[in-house]
Amino acid sequence: MSNPSTISLKELFLNGIVKENTIFKLALSLCPSIAVTNNLKNGVFMGIAVLFVQFMVNITISLIRKVIHPKIRLPIFMLVISGWVTVTTMVMAAFVPDVYAKVGLYIQLIVAFASILARAEMFASKNSIVPSMADGLGMGVGFLFALTVISFFRELIGKGSLWGYAIINTKPLLIMILPAGGFFAVGILMAAFNWIDARYKKSAHASH
Amino acid sequence: MDSEFTKLFELILSASLINNFVFTRFLGLCIFFGVSKKMETAVGMSITFTAVMMISAALSWVVFTKVLVPLEITFLEIIVFIGIIAGLVQASDTIMRKTTPGLYYKLGIYLALISTNCIILAVPLVSAGEKYSFIESLAFGLGSGLGFALALIIMASIRERLELAEVPAPFKGLPMAFVITGLIALAFTGFSGLITL
Repeated sequence: MSNPSTISLKELFLNGIVKENTIFKLALSLCPSIAVTNNLKNGVFMGIAVLFVQFMVNITISLIRKVIHPKIRLPIFMLVISGWVTVTTMVMAAFVPDVYAKVGLYIQLIVAFASILARAEMFASKNSIVPSMADGLGMGVGFLFALTVISFFRELIGKGSLWGYAIINTKPLLIMILPAGGFFAVGILMAAFNWIDARYKKSAHASH
Repeated sequence: MDSEFTKLFELILSASLINNFVFTRFLGLCIFFGVSKKMETAVGMSITFTAVMMISAALSWVVFTKVLVPLEITFLEIIVFIGIIAGLVQASDTIMRKTTPGLYYKLGIYLALISTNCIILAVPLVSAGEKYSFIESLAFGLGSGLGFALALIIMASIRERLELAEVPAPFKGLPMAFVITGLIALAFTGFSGLITL
């Protein structure tokens, strides 16, 4: 995985979405996956924020990787990440204030995301800029995808609406937008992913 | 003075039970799911955590109100707080290794984990946002630490039993832990009307 010459950019990109999906597979950075996903709009904006930070951090680290002394690399990575997170919070506060009012704290906490630091350490600091871009984009899109799926189900079932527009007219299942519902939704979706994975492996095994 | 004390007590209670960081604010989940497999590690983590949380709450309050606010650079709060926490963790790691090696071997590995924890960063960010006084941010730090300890210990005692339970294959491991956390969170919503601040 850390050898880009044998792996195409497309595979790098897909790796972050399917094989190493941050939430469903690695179970990292779980806090926002539950905190902000009680409606689709917040989930999507949070995902975009993470995508942006991951992408920019990967590019920055990859550009300066040759001048960072290995002993102080972690503080430097943290500095780069918190710099880009500050940029993101300011941009979101200015352009989408209604979303920022609800998810602002979680956007600030992107700094403490293990997944972003891990990609900087494991990938961007060892590879040149183009593979790092593909990797960052894949990881970010994978995260956005996971948040979108979770918030899609939670808003649809919990409120009967999507992006604020009413879709179902029956009385919704209120529990799905309550805190507890978030844990249920992620647990069940994770189990579903495991199930699909097991089925896929079994059928691949049978065809050989 | 009496009402002051009541207010602090309410703050601790609300931070630990009503707005429990794990169950209603969903922070620190990575650590929560990571170290709640065994009772012993859960207890060790809770002790280290509460101590670091209070010290970092106090330090960040001082830096925020005495340095960032007068200089009008509060937008740098994220970078500064992360720096304070990383420095504090590194410092307590070194001090503990030199002064109390026994304690260090028991709790040292949790210290390293703490700097990537979002609760530790959330406490100063929230208290800066709510404009708490020095004593209030200390109380908030203590309450959050106790709440996290409570959550970890409940979860660890359930998961130790879960080892013996028959769980459907796709739910094995993390998915089941999530569903259980959901059930505990449901129970914690019962605290929501306890005090009205």
